[in-house]
Amino acid sequence: MGFKHENVETNAGVLLVLTMMAISVGGLVEIAPLFFIQDTMENVEGVRPYTPLESRGRDIYIREGCYTCHSQMIRPFRDEQLRYGHYSLAAESKYDHPFQWGSKRTGPDLARVGGKYSNEWHVQHLIQPTSVVPESVMPNYQWLMTSDLDISDVGARLRALRTTGVPYSANDEEYQRNVKQFGESVAKTLHIPNAAQNLVAQAQDGNFDGDRSSVSEMDALVAYLQVLGTMVDFSKIKPEDLVKYR
Amino acid sequence: MSASGAAATEQYDYDIVKRFSVMAVVWAVVGMFVGVYIASELAWPFLNFDSPYLSFGRFRPVHTGAVIFGFGGSALFATSYYVVQRTCQTRLFAPGLVTFTFWGWQSIIVLAALSYVTGYSQGREYAEMEWPIDLLIEVVWVAYMIVYIGTLMMRKQPHIYVANWFYVSFILATALLHTFNNIAVPVDLFTLKSYSLFSGPQDAMVQWWYGHNAVGFFLTAAFLGMMYYFVPKHAGRPIYSYRLSIVHFWALSFMYMWVGTHHLHWTALPDWASTLGATFSIMLLLPSWGGMINGIMTLSGAWDKLRTDPIMRFMIVALSFYGMSTFEGPLMSLKDVNALSHYTDWTVGHVHSGALGWVAMISFGALYHMIPRLWKTEMYSVKLINLHFWLATIGVLLYVTAMWISGISQGLMWRAFDDFGNLQYSFVESVAAMHPFYAMRAIGGMFYLAGMILMAYNVYMTIRQGVAEAANMRERSAAVV
Repeated sequence: MGFKHENVETNAGVLLVLTMMAISVGGLVEIAPLFFIQDTMENVEGVRPYTPLESRGRDIYIREGCYTCHSQMIRPFRDEQLRYGHYSLAAESKYDHPFQWGSKRTGPDLARVGGKYSNEWHVQHLIQPTSVVPESVMPNYQWLMTSDLDISDVGARLRALRTTGVPYSANDEEYQRNVKQFGESVAKTLHIPNAAQNLVAQAQDGNFDGDRSSVSEMDALVAYLQVLGTMVDFSKIKPEDLVKYR
Repeated sequence: MSASGAAATEQYDYDIVKRFSVMAVVWAVVGMFVGVYIASELAWPFLNFDSPYLSFGRFRPVHTGAVIFGFGGSALFATSYYVVQRTCQTRLFAPGLVTFTFWGWQSIIVLAALSYVTGYSQGREYAEMEWPIDLLIEVVWVAYMIVYIGTLMMRKQPHIYVANWFYVSFILATALLHTFNNIAVPVDLFTLKSYSLFSGPQDAMVQWWYGHNAVGFFLTAAFLGMMYYFVPKHAGRPIYSYRLSIVHFWALSFMYMWVGTHHLHWTALPDWASTLGATFSIMLLLPSWGGMINGIMTLSGAWDKLRTDPIMRFMIVALSFYGMSTFEGPLMSLKDVNALSHYTDWTVGHVHSGALGWVAMISFGALYHMIPRLWKTEMYSVKLINLHFWLATIGVLLYVTAMWISGISQGLMWRAFDDFGNLQYSFVESVAAMHPFYAMRAIGGMFYLAGMILMAYNVYMTIRQGVAEAANMRERSAAVV
């Protein structure tokens, strides 16, 4: 072999090509299979796309940078099971664009916070965390209560999510598919033409912020927090069925 | 070099290097100030002032953006443009594009910061910029690539010097990572909001492939390029081992791209992927230490400079921190250690020992070496450099120590059981216990920031002095004529 490293050092083209090859392998090997291997994601019942109101709540969660202090990924350890509940499944975030697993717990994990506290508690806590948890270092988010939720573009937002692959329905055919997959009551909430109407109805019905006169950002965020981790019914799943997906 | 002062100005395009150098210092002051501020918010939450614009969640990406892309990015543009010209003995290719990279890059940093505080974020760590800013980055980066590669092509030296390999690898990898991590669907063409194309585990995989390689290439490979030029140059000695630098380069470029999944241990990402990430993380220790040894040993025979020259001290301490954090990294990528360290302040401490200890200190060394040469003068005050060095070193040590203690305490408190098998601590007890360490971390940051402000003053005075001397020189030569 007449190869000398000098050939690389004296030829910019060769250097570029070889470097590109060296840096491409790792990503290809680790990323590409995740889109094809069946065992990447469990096939569990109950996981559905967010309703328009929950989805807008999620937007606010991202806007305020909640992920900088809260994770949404419970690991399969005894202490986390006791503190937060069943470990998180891949399927539970399959409609999360982007994922919000987080990397830091300055505050507790939120993957299963849904249903743990009342709406009133959440509202109080978001307005002034120290009023319910005196040692908390979380900022006050009182402006969520006074800001009306912008619902003008909720349809456009869901359409963008639909483009990424979330099964919101834009026409009757897709609606019928959703009825089959999620049942009629859920399918109705996923229908884009009715998004704004569904959003207001859920806010009125749930009364998340305790004030029915308007739909606030607080309504949306609390609706989102209350659904986190509640979609899968773990009493119906055998632990051994989940193991192969780890 | 100083003998051929006037000729050198024409030989190389130093204006662009000067601009980026000044902005590196400006962004360092701004970014570190915001860092100290958000660290203080965690210690003293009243500092959030009930304002959406100042709240920790929106302000934190302002800090990471300003220090990584503002300070780090500007320092890399400055040094890479300086190094590529001097090692290729040619001026920069495409001067118009060169100017565009400056204004483009600076506006990216400003726009990103404004978009975060007003509530636009992709919700992806270190890639929070929304799609229009991402597109601008893409364009600026391609311009940078054209300038850099074009300059390499025009070189008057047969050999491409090793520093350039690292800069090339950084430019290519950043393009690759940025492109694939920011594929998103905008809500419509007139809003900033978009949704990531990927979701769940695939999205997590792509994001941490990006996230760790932002560290691996933006914050490591590129700064190694800096190291490979400025350490030998400042020490006045050749690099310790040429062979080691070849091994270092190829092993680092190949292996770094695999390790991102160690951020996803024990998550819903399939085990094979995170195991692969851990394996490569451990192997990566070898090239990392190879590089550290190569840098430090370059000083052999000139160790006395450590006593007399604070710039050399910055460089060598930077390399020591590089060695320390590239040892700590593989350690934390072990699944059992990660089970304790993940989600805690230990990670934050690790990042900062790399960022403040390695990245920032090697940049300070390079800037202190380069700035007087750019303005053809001496540094205004060596004493102030020395003081900066000590403030920075004390600052990092306070910061990292605080985060080690708080991180390990958090990890242990969260998993502690009492005699009856119940969890021993509520979550908020762990929050309360961290208060003294959050205060200590903020104080460490203040030390570091104070050093940085001294540097800004010192650089300002140096430039003023350089400009005055140049004006004097012109007057005198005019008088002779």
